[in-house]
Amino acid sequence: MTASRSRAYRQAVPRLWWLRRRSYLLFMLRELSCVFVAWAVLFLLLLLTAVGNGRVDYQRFLDWAAKPWVIAVNALALAFLVFHSVTWFNLAPKAMVVRVPKQMLALAPKAIVRRLPEGRVPGWLIVAQNYIAWVFVSAIVAGLVMWSGS
Amino acid sequence: MRRRARPIEPFLWLLFSAGGVLAALFLPVVVLLFGVVYPLGVIGPPTDPGLHALTAHALTRVVIFGVCVLSLFHWAHRFRFTVLHGLQIGRLDRVVSVFCYGAALAGSLAALVVLMRI
Repeated sequence: MTASRSRAYRQAVPRLWWLRRRSYLLFMLRELSCVFVAWAVLFLLLLLTAVGNGRVDYQRFLDWAAKPWVIAVNALALAFLVFHSVTWFNLAPKAMVVRVPKQMLALAPKAIVRRLPEGRVPGWLIVAQNYIAWVFVSAIVAGLVMWSGS
Repeated sequence: MRRRARPIEPFLWLLFSAGGVLAALFLPVVVLLFGVVYPLGVIGPPTDPGLHALTAHALTRVVIFGVCVLSLFHWAHRFRFTVLHGLQIGRLDRVVSVFCYGAALAGSLAALVVLMRI
């Protein structure tokens, strides 16, 4: 067969295919979480600009952030960001296979080795580490911000 | 979509992945504090001198810069494919890519300027 790629059969996909099933829609919402990632960066840069400009501008930023529509956007952004974090962390073991080195497996007790098929670190452990890191980072950032100006 | 060999593609996936991790770890707490908790008055926001001192620290600035740049490229990569697949406009890949990665690059430069001015 030497048919060119352009002549190969392609099944027509409806333009808004992701509205057809709940699972497709959830997938699309997960992908759209990236828009709120960009918003969060923009918001952070606005905050840092205001901080760099001094007290008057910082207060102006705080007043702007307290407008109802800005709070609403940020509440929505927070929901999407948490959605991103949860889906990202839960997918991590599928994207990354972690194996215990053979030399270490040889030293480990049989009861543990039996629980690690082919030396693979179980998925739930990778997910758990991600959530621990999330709590850790959040606590450090929140702690630094709160103590910095109190 | 075109299947031309593009050696830059794996690198873009790497940025997407690294940005996904940093965004997942750092951004929720930032938006929670400055977007929801402080505006609603649950607790008072940090005062200017303290926050300024924190953000002006070299280590803080490096971390924030990394989070900003990689998160922006995470957005660019994911948004590119969301638009291409979601609207079934794969043939416009080039235009969409220039917009997405161009915006991420511009945002990264903006972040650099903002962080150097603090």
